[in-house]
Amino acid sequence: MKDIASKRNNINKEILSKVLDHIGKYKIFLFFSIVLAAISVILTLYIPILTGEAVDCILGPGAVDFDGIWDILKKMVVIIVLTAVVQWVMNTCNNKIAYQVVRDVRDEAFHKLQILPLKYIDGHSHGDIVSRVIADVDQFSDGLLMGFTQLFTGVVTIIGTLIFMFSINVSTTIVVVILTPLSFFIAGFIAKRTFSMSKLQSETRGEQTALIDEMIGNEKVVKAFGHEPQVMEQFTEINARLQKASVKAIFFSSLTNPCTRFVNSLVYAGVGILGAFLAIRGYISVGQLTSFLSYANQYTKPFNEISGVVTELQTALACAGRVFEFIEEEPQIPEPDNAAVLQAPKGNITMQNVHFSYNPDQKLIQDFNLEVKSGQRVAIVGPTGCGKTTVINLLMRFYDVNSGRILIDGVDIRDMTRKSLRESFGMVLQETWLHAGTIRENIVMGKPNATQDEVIAAAKAAHAHSFIKRLPMGYDTVITEDGGSLSQGQKQLLCITRVMLCLPPMLILDEATSSIDTRTEIKISQAFNTMMKGRTSFIVAHRLSTIREADIILVMKDGNIIEQGNHETLLNKKDGFYAKLYNSQFEGNSSAMHN
Amino acid sequence: MKSLLKYIKDYKKESILAPLFKMLEASFELMVPLVMAAIIDNGIANSDTSYIFQMGAVLVLLAAVGLASSVTAQYFSAKAAVGFATKLRNALFSHIQGLSYTELDTVGTSTLITRMTSDVNQIQNGVNLTLRLLLRSPFIVFGAMVMAFTVDVQAALIFVVTIPLLAVVVFGIMLVSMPLYKKVQAALDKILGRTRENLAGARVIRAFCNEESETADFEQENELLLNTQVFVGKISAAMNPVTYIIINIALVVLLWTGAVRVDNGIITQGAVVALVNYMSQILVELVKMANLIIQLTKALACAKRVESIFDITSSMENGTLGKNDIKAIKGNDKNAAIIFDHVSLTYSGGGDESLTDIDFVVKRGETVGIIGGTGSGKTSVVNLIPRFYDATKGAVIVNGVSVKDYDISALRAKIGVVPQKAVLFKGTIRENLLWGNENASEQDIEDALRISQAKEFVDTKDGRLDFMIAQGGKNLSGGQKQRLTIARAIVRKPEILILDDSASALDFATDAKLRAAVKDMENDMTVIIVSQRAASIQYADKIVVMDDGAVAGVGTHEQLLADNVIYQEIYYSQFPDRKAKAVD
Repeated sequence: MKDIASKRNNINKEILSKVLDHIGKYKIFLFFSIVLAAISVILTLYIPILTGEAVDCILGPGAVDFDGIWDILKKMVVIIVLTAVVQWVMNTCNNKIAYQVVRDVRDEAFHKLQILPLKYIDGHSHGDIVSRVIADVDQFSDGLLMGFTQLFTGVVTIIGTLIFMFSINVSTTIVVVILTPLSFFIAGFIAKRTFSMSKLQSETRGEQTALIDEMIGNEKVVKAFGHEPQVMEQFTEINARLQKASVKAIFFSSLTNPCTRFVNSLVYAGVGILGAFLAIRGYISVGQLTSFLSYANQYTKPFNEISGVVTELQTALACAGRVFEFIEEEPQIPEPDNAAVLQAPKGNITMQNVHFSYNPDQKLIQDFNLEVKSGQRVAIVGPTGCGKTTVINLLMRFYDVNSGRILIDGVDIRDMTRKSLRESFGMVLQETWLHAGTIRENIVMGKPNATQDEVIAAAKAAHAHSFIKRLPMGYDTVITEDGGSLSQGQKQLLCITRVMLCLPPMLILDEATSSIDTRTEIKISQAFNTMMKGRTSFIVAHRLSTIREADIILVMKDGNIIEQGNHETLLNKKDGFYAKLYNSQFEGNSSAMHN
Repeated sequence: MKSLLKYIKDYKKESILAPLFKMLEASFELMVPLVMAAIIDNGIANSDTSYIFQMGAVLVLLAAVGLASSVTAQYFSAKAAVGFATKLRNALFSHIQGLSYTELDTVGTSTLITRMTSDVNQIQNGVNLTLRLLLRSPFIVFGAMVMAFTVDVQAALIFVVTIPLLAVVVFGIMLVSMPLYKKVQAALDKILGRTRENLAGARVIRAFCNEESETADFEQENELLLNTQVFVGKISAAMNPVTYIIINIALVVLLWTGAVRVDNGIITQGAVVALVNYMSQILVELVKMANLIIQLTKALACAKRVESIFDITSSMENGTLGKNDIKAIKGNDKNAAIIFDHVSLTYSGGGDESLTDIDFVVKRGETVGIIGGTGSGKTSVVNLIPRFYDATKGAVIVNGVSVKDYDISALRAKIGVVPQKAVLFKGTIRENLLWGNENASEQDIEDALRISQAKEFVDTKDGRLDFMIAQGGKNLSGGQKQRLTIARAIVRKPEILILDDSASALDFATDAKLRAAVKDMENDMTVIIVSQRAASIQYADKIVVMDDGAVAGVGTHEQLLADNVIYQEIYYSQFPDRKAKAVD
């Protein structure tokens, strides 16, 4: 137990020092903030004393010291204005620190995102990463920086109040000091008792949300099977449980405020009674009693705040931990200093003894060899989910081979810059990805300074011009991230246009499957054919004609490349997987197969 | 908000008692300064220790009674707020269950989910806070003023000036900064969007070497966010100092006025102390109220959004005809299972007609294939059969009766639908299959698995039928999910089975086996297969070719291949070999 605790402590310390590193840049602001906080607290605490002194000047009819009161009130006005100014400057300083640190951390995180290996991005939930970069950073700045200042002012207030109180009267101060922890104790007691109730509430709520997600998310299926009554029944049951849990959790946790208020009132009464006795004996004045009473009112407040801040700090620290964990994730292997720049490659691609797998337990590609000559077409064939993207991942160096090597024009791709390697490939994936932005912006990704004429020429070559023209704003139509009203086929045509515009010497293409209608599919394959002319191309193929025209066919199954050859040689391997796959398409009508 | 109030009806008592007890607590709190003043003026001035003790006891008593009433208030308000939210959630969920596909399309399921979850929670918090604080804070503010009047009218006038001034400042700053906070949110959404986009498109961005320009764009947007935040921060940072100045200057004026009044013998020293105390109570409550109003505006916005869901009503009127009611069969074709009688369909908000004059007959026991490109209207046609949507013109007739005359659940009980997207629910394989028919026997389930070609993989799962499917079917492959959705429809033993492009994740061999097994099923089932693959429908009794929302041809494979241009185009694009042969 102790070990774990000390370990956690160490981790927290580590995170804290990283946070401090980030704040370091804004040292001056931080310094000002702390100094101003101290000043503002002391000034604020001085007001009750002055008020008390003023009250002491007002003794009774004809016994009012107007000169004295005038001096005190003048002093008060100056202090009030000063306090306000100091507070405003301090708040602004704090905001500056918090928001700038957030900006810095986010920039860093985003920069990291660009150099992380694809393996990380593929292997982690995107929602989780987004929440680290957005929500966690916010929480961490709110909790850590605001929490820090709150903690600081809280502590200064407590110490200041104690000093001021002791300076007025010792015994009354002791009453306050003894009674106050009571509110702490009660708050802690309630928090402990309510923890399990809150937990039950949030668990039940989670269960309910899951059901809502599932059922309303698939409401059409629910309706198709007339399952509404059953679903409703399920929902009502969880909802009733949630009600029970919530009433308990909300009621008990809402007891904290009344209870601490009660303790405050007790402190107030104690100070009132004791102060009154002391006043009778002449140990303190009525004015000093007034000061005491207002101190008694505010003395417990920072305690309550601090106990809140401590939990907030803990969550904030955890959030910061998650953010830094992301930022410190190991980046992709950096390029060697003398990395070659691949220039206008001919497109001879060699894979030598390539071994690759996504995780060590599951072997995928083993000792694979391939020799593609400039201008040849390679078709990748296999059932869905057979790992066709693996080849793309390796060629574009989204992933590195475990052993063996991949050469382009005789140079290992690990010895060239990633930029020049990727620029030499044109890639069109079936899972189209579009930017939120205009059509034009989407097309010029590979060539930002392309002229409008070039863009149109590319769109024409990709058979995309005619549909783009018909969009409301033509090339300036803004589309959302998921392409909005564009059909799957149109989206793919746009992606083709994107490649068509810069047309690199080597291509990686992904043929459409069933989600695209025949006419668009024909357009796409025409566009593909235009592009492939004279270029080394890899194509994930579904169309028989594409497969048959390929110079090399790679047959994949379960992530592994199991056969390699051209159409005739593969078909002649009677028991081969390719032959079986090919024949299964024509089951019941196999006579037409060999023409 | 108004229409949602009815859900709190059952908690009328609680929702009245909660604020009442809260106000009771506040009243006790307001008495404290008066007691203290009495201690000063009578106890200290007269050196009366027993009086001080009595008053001290009163203070403790006030605190205890205050605690009791406040606890009671918290209980009633928690009960009312949670009870209200529970009712609201039930009503909303049930309302959503009653919506038709048309409404689901217009609203979108993700919106509905947000309304059901976070929006209702926000409303619950809002109700809870309202019951507890909405009356209490103004009550204390004005109560303090009233109490000040009982102490001294002239001094109370300072309160009359201070309170509105404070209100103007607090709410003014809120009013100015709230739209700015929206701007902050918009800026934040932008960088959130870009982050998400960069994760989803990591491959493409790297392939086009756009990392640097993306980073530059991000930094720019991030900077914009920073500037907006700092600007808003400057304004809201003014809130505390300004209220601080107002309250304390009022305090200074109060002390001066008090001094003059005491000097003239109108009020006592203790009264001045009481007035000072009332002033500080006001400040605390005003700050609370500002926070409360922010929360309430949020809750009200949520309430409005939830209300707008309640305002949507199903566009479908239910018929009365039960599953087994047999009515005089219209038309003369007694063998017709489904008749499309000059049907047109326009989706709400969809503009042009999506289906135009669809007119064909499906005989009982027939297998009909529907083929056509994306957007040609295949799915729209089959969606009319279980009355997912209503035809805007013409009629869809099942077993001689218009679908609109059936009780919707009775109609759907006749039909097994396998939708394009293979959706399974969290639960065992058996539970999922029982969706099709709650009373299915073990044998029915096994048969369905065999026919849908799912048996083979189900056998390999731990616990077979008791294998737990994760939410969204994540622990199954696409093809496995698809086969189970087919099995689920077959368990129903439906009169009509609709396969809406539901074999797309199956390889050709499995697809063929599936079709053969369906064909061999005993009952006289009518089967409709929607597909883009010519191979899947080529052996159907009848093929309907769809193009651009209209029927481009009906016939057998041979007939269509001979004279239907669109069918030829589709077929030969998938079987180029045959074309060569046909030309020969």
